[in-house]
Amino acid sequence: MSSNTDFALAIEDLTVSFDGFKAVDNLSLYVDKNELRVVIGPNGAGKTTLLDLICGKTRSTSGSIKFKNKELSTLSEHQIVHAGVGRKFQTPSIYENLSVYDNLEVSYPKGRNVFGALTFKRTPEVDARINEVANDIFLGDFLEMEAALLSHGQKQWLEIGMLLIQDPELLMLDEPVAGMSVKERELTAELLNRISKGRSVLVIEHDMEFVARIAHKVTVLHQGKILAEGNMETVQNNPDVIEVYLGH
Amino acid sequence: MNFVYERLLGGKKGMLGLIILAVLIFIILPLTLDMFRLSMVGKYLTYAFAAVSLVLLWGYGGILSLGQGIFFGIGGYCMAMFLKLEASDPESTKIQSTPGIPDFMDWNQITELPWFWIPFESFGFTVLAVITIPAIFAFIIGFSMFKRRVGGVYFAIITQVIAVILTVLIVGQQGYIGGINGITDLKTLNGWDIREDSAKYTLYFINAVLLFAVLFIGKFILTSKFGRLLLAMKDKEDRVRFSGYDVANFKIFIFCVSAVIAAIGGAMFTLQVGFMSPSFVGIVPSIEMVIFAAVGGRMSLIGVVYGTLAVNFGKTIFSETFPEIWLFLMGGLFIAVVMFFPNGIAGVWNKYGDPQLDRLLDSKLLSSLKTAISKNKTSPVEDNK
Repeated sequence: MSSNTDFALAIEDLTVSFDGFKAVDNLSLYVDKNELRVVIGPNGAGKTTLLDLICGKTRSTSGSIKFKNKELSTLSEHQIVHAGVGRKFQTPSIYENLSVYDNLEVSYPKGRNVFGALTFKRTPEVDARINEVANDIFLGDFLEMEAALLSHGQKQWLEIGMLLIQDPELLMLDEPVAGMSVKERELTAELLNRISKGRSVLVIEHDMEFVARIAHKVTVLHQGKILAEGNMETVQNNPDVIEVYLGH
Repeated sequence: MNFVYERLLGGKKGMLGLIILAVLIFIILPLTLDMFRLSMVGKYLTYAFAAVSLVLLWGYGGILSLGQGIFFGIGGYCMAMFLKLEASDPESTKIQSTPGIPDFMDWNQITELPWFWIPFESFGFTVLAVITIPAIFAFIIGFSMFKRRVGGVYFAIITQVIAVILTVLIVGQQGYIGGINGITDLKTLNGWDIREDSAKYTLYFINAVLLFAVLFIGKFILTSKFGRLLLAMKDKEDRVRFSGYDVANFKIFIFCVSAVIAAIGGAMFTLQVGFMSPSFVGIVPSIEMVIFAAVGGRMSLIGVVYGTLAVNFGKTIFSETFPEIWLFLMGGLFIAVVMFFPNGIAGVWNKYGDPQLDRLLDSKLLSSLKTAISKNKTSPVEDNK
């Protein structure tokens, strides 16, 4: 139905309708390899729904989602992950009663079927990788801590780490700095700039200052449609965008 | 060696817990109880299989099955069918109008052994059936539920309904499976009289060995990545799914394992008690199994064994001492446990007993043992297991 492209992620004519309400309406979006794209928009614009559609949590009504020219909309959730797509949820979704180490190990992309998980061995290689990711997400000193005891910001990092350990080619982050302190935001911006090398990253965020620090390109969503797209400055000066954010 | 020590025995403390339980079951109880009481313990320990199966399924997996009686019953009935066929040889049933078939079939004017009974003439097939039939049955239930993402309360209700259906089916098919009376008058196993005291002793120990084997299997599963995934699924199922796991497959597997464990208990029940009836299949026994697990502590494989023993001894003592009000006393006890000790006996132990044990283990008395143990340890990576 749609042709192959050079884009990492190519979304074409995507629509999802909930009882007639179109949360995402005939949307087309292209993300390059090595690009960090930020999606912004007012509440109810369809940002989270868009991520739900890409990762398979919600099924589209029509349209196509191609990742590296592979159609995702017909795959099941775990197959989409295996294709190289990782997604962080809006509220930190980590395993509270496991340690930070176990959280990362459970996310390690080996032993993903029943018998693989039963025979999975904690090799030095696995251990090294877990330590490496833990240091990346500033949690190197908290490996043995129960995840429930982490601060809100640290939980956000941990979930990012749980995705990083799978080395996804497309990383989708839903409000990664929500509830973080100024210092934590700075560290996260630095982290995102670091991890966006070699992969595509799709971020939903409300904090404009933060967006300006990380975005290569910004897409503004409004009522399920794309309102504007471009670099931060163009988007901020777009009269339609100003109207949507400041009008009414 | 390290694998056995750290994972199957659960390190220093886990090993101590296992040793204490083993001493109790293998030495103290057989030496102090008379045959009547000991065979009662043997019966209770068959329920412990079902309680252990619920630790895996409910405690760690978060999947509450109110139908473990189904599998306990299937295991028990498979064994009962074999024993009944052996007890119904033409010689001892020659007064029947059709000699050589179980008595209840003869009473119901059945003149030929039904086809599904024929394989149960073989002991090998029976043992295989005790393991595979519950697994297949659990697979069918699990596949149709978990692939459709039916869970939580709905799963509990559906398993309960299946338990009822199975009971009704058994009760209604008196000619084929013995009806409400169950399958009774079981005598020998390959010629070995299971009603004698010496046989009861032997079966008690076989049962105990099997229980420990099941505990080790449970430990193996729970200490693997699979076990951590179960905890992860219980907490955030979506996160596991979006980390690349097909969650349903893991649930189906643990449901099948728990079914097989409960079925082994059922088969051992039939052997030790000498009959099987629908009253071990339906709602009441299934819920009792959940109570055993809750009282023992649903996160503790060893705890639920104590839980099963405690509840059943409680039942016996209360019903012998206060025949009129014993059910109320049991009810009160359960409410008290759930209200004050949500993690059951194991929870109480972890809170009060464990710190004492730590102090004891740190004392000079055991320092020599500790050095011996630490010699077994290898690289720090392996140690984390």
